[in-house]
Amino acid sequence: MSGPGDASAAAQHHVPDYRYHTLVVTVENKSGVLARLAALFSRRGFNIESLAVAPTDDDRFSRVTVVVDLESAPLEQIIKQLDKLVNVVNIRELHPGHAVERELMIVTVAAGPDRRDELVEQLDRAGGKVLSVGADAMMLSLVGPPSRVDEFEELLGQYGIIELQRTGRVALANLDEAD
Amino acid sequence: MKMDGGQALIRALELEGVDVLFGLPGGAILPVYDPIIDSSIRHILVRHEQGAGHMAEGYAHATGRPGVAMVTSGPGATNIVTPLCDAHLDSVPMVVITGQVPYAAIGTDAFQECDTTGITQSVTKHNFLVSDAQDIPRTIKEAFHIATTGRPGPVLVDIPKDIVDPDNPRSAMEWTDDVEMDLPGYTPRTDVDPVAIAAAADLIRAAERPVLYVGGGILKARAAEVLRQLAELTGIHVVTTLMARGAFPDSHDLCLGMPGMHGNFTAVTAMQESDLLIALGARFDDRVTGRLDGFAQGAKIIHVDIDAAELGKVRRPDVAILGDCRVAIEALVADLASNGTGGADRDAWRSRVSGWQERFPLSYEQAQAGDELKPQMVIERLRDATPDDTIVASGVGQHQMWASQYWSFDHPYTWINSGGLGTMGFSIPAAIGAKAGCPDKMVWAIDGDGCFQMTAQELVTATVEKIPIKVALLNNSYLGMVRQWQEMFYDERYSEVFLSKDVPDYKAWAESMGCVAMRVDSPEEVDVAIAKANEVDDRPVVIDFRVAAAEKVYPMVPSGASNSELVVPPSQQDQPR
Ligand SMILES: Cc1ncc(C[n+]2csc(CCOP(=O)(O)OP(=O)(O)O)c2C)c(N)n1
Ligand SMILES: [Mg+2]
Repeated sequence: MSGPGDASAAAQHHVPDYRYHTLVVTVENKSGVLARLAALFSRRGFNIESLAVAPTDDDRFSRVTVVVDLESAPLEQIIKQLDKLVNVVNIRELHPGHAVERELMIVTVAAGPDRRDELVEQLDRAGGKVLSVGADAMMLSLVGPPSRVDEFEELLGQYGIIELQRTGRVALANLDEAD
Repeated sequence: MKMDGGQALIRALELEGVDVLFGLPGGAILPVYDPIIDSSIRHILVRHEQGAGHMAEGYAHATGRPGVAMVTSGPGATNIVTPLCDAHLDSVPMVVITGQVPYAAIGTDAFQECDTTGITQSVTKHNFLVSDAQDIPRTIKEAFHIATTGRPGPVLVDIPKDIVDPDNPRSAMEWTDDVEMDLPGYTPRTDVDPVAIAAAADLIRAAERPVLYVGGGILKARAAEVLRQLAELTGIHVVTTLMARGAFPDSHDLCLGMPGMHGNFTAVTAMQESDLLIALGARFDDRVTGRLDGFAQGAKIIHVDIDAAELGKVRRPDVAILGDCRVAIEALVADLASNGTGGADRDAWRSRVSGWQERFPLSYEQAQAGDELKPQMVIERLRDATPDDTIVASGVGQHQMWASQYWSFDHPYTWINSGGLGTMGFSIPAAIGAKAGCPDKMVWAIDGDGCFQMTAQELVTATVEKIPIKVALLNNSYLGMVRQWQEMFYDERYSEVFLSKDVPDYKAWAESMGCVAMRVDSPEEVDVAIAKANEVDDRPVVIDFRVAAAEKVYPMVPSGASNSELVVPPSQQDQPR
């Protein structure tokens, strides 16, 4: 999806079979832009699942990775309304299954010395890292596809999660699918 | 050239061709009011900032040029939020400059500080908070560009005081004549896709019951001329929405008039029964479609709009054409002229349409001797006694619908009203703005008594600034439109809709504001009063027409009903549909 021009393309937009869809939105790096995006989502009743913002290699622009809930609105309408924001420079739609998606979780888990080995083993299997170790707790991190992060978070329930932070997902198109 | 930000702002406005500025000063915008004294721009001092906003809208509607308003921070800015929203919903090109507290004070709850860009974000096409004096010329250029291109709309520029105050070093800037815009995310598209045009032309050739559904976008695209070519080339009937009255002449054989909740029977029913709706700069508003799943169920849709987000927002088009309406219609005309208009047999359809026109004309019960004045009759008399190209600005309510129905619009840009937001109090300031932009035209405001009481103070502005508008006040002592709903849908339980028969004394009030004023109670006085009003050219005129309160606007599609359930006036209820 490129500029505002593509009505005919948008009209033939494929009907997505996934409820959540990832949009990568390039915006001008100006104050208030995030508020404009957020206000648009709330005013038009578009639900968002996650949102991540970061600068790009060009300091005039930032990149927003937003996961939208298609049960709240058709993707085509969401894209077209976003495109109307003057500070939105480009919108790229990442088809689920055709993109690399990652999310970072850091979490403090209740785990005394007796359960540590078991926890570390599970962590290794998931590909996570130990960030620090306390008397009765461990702080861990995991980077992975959002579904794997979900699974691991669920697994940690049995230990007791003391504090948890997730970044929301960021994504790029698969190398062979970049348009 | 060295300048301060305030001088640069005025200079930038002059360069945009601004000739009239509607506004009211205050602390934060004070420094900009000084260079106005030396500017060629005419400043019109309003009595309330809402007035400035609607005047700018009226000016834009009538002239096609962006209207400009300037107000101070805080309450000045909040007072102009309604006009911004109004302009946003009706796609009116407008630029509003607001003063703001000094840049360093933003966020401290300083005196008369409000988050103007935050508050107005959802009611503007775009807004700017300028942080540096050097950025003023570029921002003004961008604001006018955004307001007037693509789908037009209001743009607000918020200017902190320190960058325009010559006593503050932050106001120093270097003026250069050509600044470049920097809008990487704004690329409105006007050209149209030839493949879509060809597909649309094919649908048109094949249609047996086509209707041109024309919205306000036609006027914004200055496309009335080509629309007429398209209609005459194809012989297809035209309906003009509330926002498009005048875009196609009411006197034309192919004109069916206004569709929608208070549209006439033929316009509404022709759309319902059509097999092809050609929507040109229209947005399938709920007041036009009625209950959506009951709207024109058998019709294919061609939808032309400059705003991609309108295509498919409400009704999925069979052919979507993104781009400027005028360009699209020209391309359609070219295709149909060279490849033929098709051989579809439309005789049966034409006779159905003329049958509806005969059986269901717009009508109201004529007054009998001794009856109160009929508001519809006042509008007919006014229509007949004024020049063809008179500009009519209306308020919101029953009088608005009657004006749209009973006036005969034969020229584009002669009808100005608040369609999307339905802002009571719109007419007087909008009429003033229109007259300021078109001083040689006669401008009448058709207003209601409820509306009048919301913005009448701008008649003081009109008197002082010598802007001789005329006001036909259809005074029924009620919030009439709401009364009508209570009568029809709330078992005649009237709740808080009666205003008063005695106060205010509109004639005395208008005279106190410097107007010529008259009061008309009986039918015999109508023509005399209008003739007298038409002769006044040096000050505003107000005629207080005391009209019957029980009159209802017909036809009517009840809210939530399908357009097929259109309620016609009692005299037509036995006619076969
Ligand atoms: C600012 C505002 N407040 C409330 C309304 C709701 N409303 C719509 S029409 C109407 C009555 C208008 O009364 P009046 O100006 O006397 O016109 P009439 O319908 O009697 O012709 C009201 C209250 C509105 N449209 N705008
Ligand atoms: Mg009234």
